Amino acid sequence: MSDTPDENTYFLPDPDGAVPSPEGYFGPFGGKFIPEALVAAVDEVAAEYEKAKTDPAFAAELNDLMVNYAGRPSALTEVRRFAEHAGGARVFLKREDLNHTGSHKINNVLGQTLLTKRMGKTRVIAETGAGQHGVATATACALFGLDCTIYMGEIDTRRQALNVARMRMLGAEVVSVTSGSRTLKDAINEAFRDWVANVDRTHYLFGTVAGPHPFPALVRDFHRVIGVEARRQLLERTGRLPDAAVACVGGGSNAMGLFHAFLPDTSVRLVGCEPAGHGVDTGEHAATLTAGEPGILHGSRSYVLQDDEGQITEPYSISAGLDYPGVGPEHSFLKDTGRAEYRAVTDDAAMQALRLLSGTEGIIPAIESAHALAGALEIGRDLGPEGLVLVNLSGRGDKDMDTAARYFGLYDEGDAK
Amino acid sequence: MSGTITLLERTLAVARTEQRAALVAYLPAGFPTVEGGIEAVKAAFEGGADIVEVGLPHSDPVLDGPVIQTADDIALNKNHVRIADVLRTVREGHAASGKPVLVMTYWNPVDRYGAERFAAELADAGGAGCILPDLPVEESEGWRKAAQAHGLATVFVVAPSSRDERLARITSAGSGFVYAASLMGVTGTRASVGEQAAGLVARTRATTELPVCVGLGVSNAEQAAEVASFADGVIVGSAFVQRLLDHEELSEGLAAVRSLAADLARGVRRAP
Repeated sequence: MSDTPDENTYFLPDPDGAVPSPEGYFGPFGGKFIPEALVAAVDEVAAEYEKAKTDPAFAAELNDLMVNYAGRPSALTEVRRFAEHAGGARVFLKREDLNHTGSHKINNVLGQTLLTKRMGKTRVIAETGAGQHGVATATACALFGLDCTIYMGEIDTRRQALNVARMRMLGAEVVSVTSGSRTLKDAINEAFRDWVANVDRTHYLFGTVAGPHPFPALVRDFHRVIGVEARRQLLERTGRLPDAAVACVGGGSNAMGLFHAFLPDTSVRLVGCEPAGHGVDTGEHAATLTAGEPGILHGSRSYVLQDDEGQITEPYSISAGLDYPGVGPEHSFLKDTGRAEYRAVTDDAAMQALRLLSGTEGIIPAIESAHALAGALEIGRDLGPEGLVLVNLSGRGDKDMDTAARYFGLYDEGDAK
Repeated sequence: MSGTITLLERTLAVARTEQRAALVAYLPAGFPTVEGGIEAVKAAFEGGADIVEVGLPHSDPVLDGPVIQTADDIALNKNHVRIADVLRTVREGHAASGKPVLVMTYWNPVDRYGAERFAAELADAGGAGCILPDLPVEESEGWRKAAQAHGLATVFVVAPSSRDERLARITSAGSGFVYAASLMGVTGTRASVGEQAAGLVARTRATTELPVCVGLGVSNAEQAAEVASFADGVIVGSAFVQRLLDHEELSEGLAAVRSLAADLARGVRRAP
């Protein structure tokens, strides 16, 4: 079915509800693999969300925040000069980078923060990779007067130092995680450890469409607005649906937000771009759907990067936000059912796309989103001049300027530390 | 060959007739080395442990505090421990002591290895059962069938946050004993055992005849004695691991494990 919601509605939970099952399964993926100590808390989140879904007061409050705080609807921008490099296909960007805090993450954060208030909890914890989810969470906590602790891998605190400063400016405590690979996976481990110990007053504001049920469905629902808006905007502007809807996939929240409204439109290819790092065949990548196998990580069954005895292997990507060995279970379901396709984009291809969009359109994308742009260039060339490609520009690239400056040698000699 | 669930049940029953709690020690396989880990299991039994849980290290031990994380990291990344090594640790620990040995790990390694294959091989090694703290009862049916078919106990964890109706559901699915988490948190030593522990044990006992053993935070004889006054078993992990971390020389670490086990064994035999 397709949505024809009121144009001024921004809380758009899945109206179909075929997946997940009541137990949280998308086909064989999903579920709830959590310690007993967290069962009551996770069940409480699920119950509160079910109540909120049908509560007009919840929708009204979230709507107000989406419009007057986050700045929705986000723009849809046609990028003509960029598209000259995409085989002449028309390319439109869904501008989630223009939301308050600079990425799509605010959609989910505002929704879950309202749930936190409804549950009477006074403290929020979250993981972050690139810092986009951490900044959005710290922002909402400042707005609602909640205590906030953000877990971030030590490697990521270094490569995303600007976002660490932003979170601290907003009043959050940022904990640098030194265990394991010291990236997003380990930040999530540490957040779970905190949650088990402090669950009475704490909500774990999970940042992507992974984790135990109900998070994959709940986070998807708060991001569904991306695809619903983009679909409507594109129809108004071009009179037709895109040939392909393209998004980057780490955990997969911005991709699921874009894809979901197009699921019934079988003519629309849904393309997820995973980080190939130095190349999938080098072993230094985070292309979970391309190279992983089903397993359990962070509370659900999905594709994961693991060895033959179920140990999770260390991922690599130049993008901190995609540097994760797991992926949301609904993506695994869409891969196996064939409804979505996933391709791997190298560091180099993403960085070239980042520079291209900056130089042709005056839009500096996040390195995460640049993976989708690189994919769109390839898809556009396949489609040719008749093609129409929709890309989710999930975040802006300010946070990545140090990485990009080093990559392209943009610092004057002696400036780079 | 069948697993040794009956040995586990008998061990706990004997402790009950002696009007004391059983002492359960946790030691990760592959730490400080594979051979050293096997010796550590034997040392814990020699010191007076009634039951040992052998940890199968995992890359993402979300329920473990820094001490066991460090041990898992050494086992996996320095010693490259494999499941075959874990099973050998079980086999040799059980063979040397004649006492019950369980495996404690996260679900993904077992799922990946194959629940049936893992159960068969654990039983063949003389194992008594398995504790899988991130496998909730709702997701556990496949594992439980394999475990039951091979004579292995499935020990579930209950927590202070578990509501009574849930406790009943969990304990009716479990076997061997029930692992009651003394507090809300990850593994690691604590200055005091959570006040919630006694209440949780009482609520759990109201749902089952299974023995209830208490873990998380217990590190010394005084705490062991306190827990022994209301529980059927006292589980100690991080304190043993810390002894091995504290001594660079393996023989000294093993002596410290033996000595801690002896202390704790005295603790579980006296009322506080």
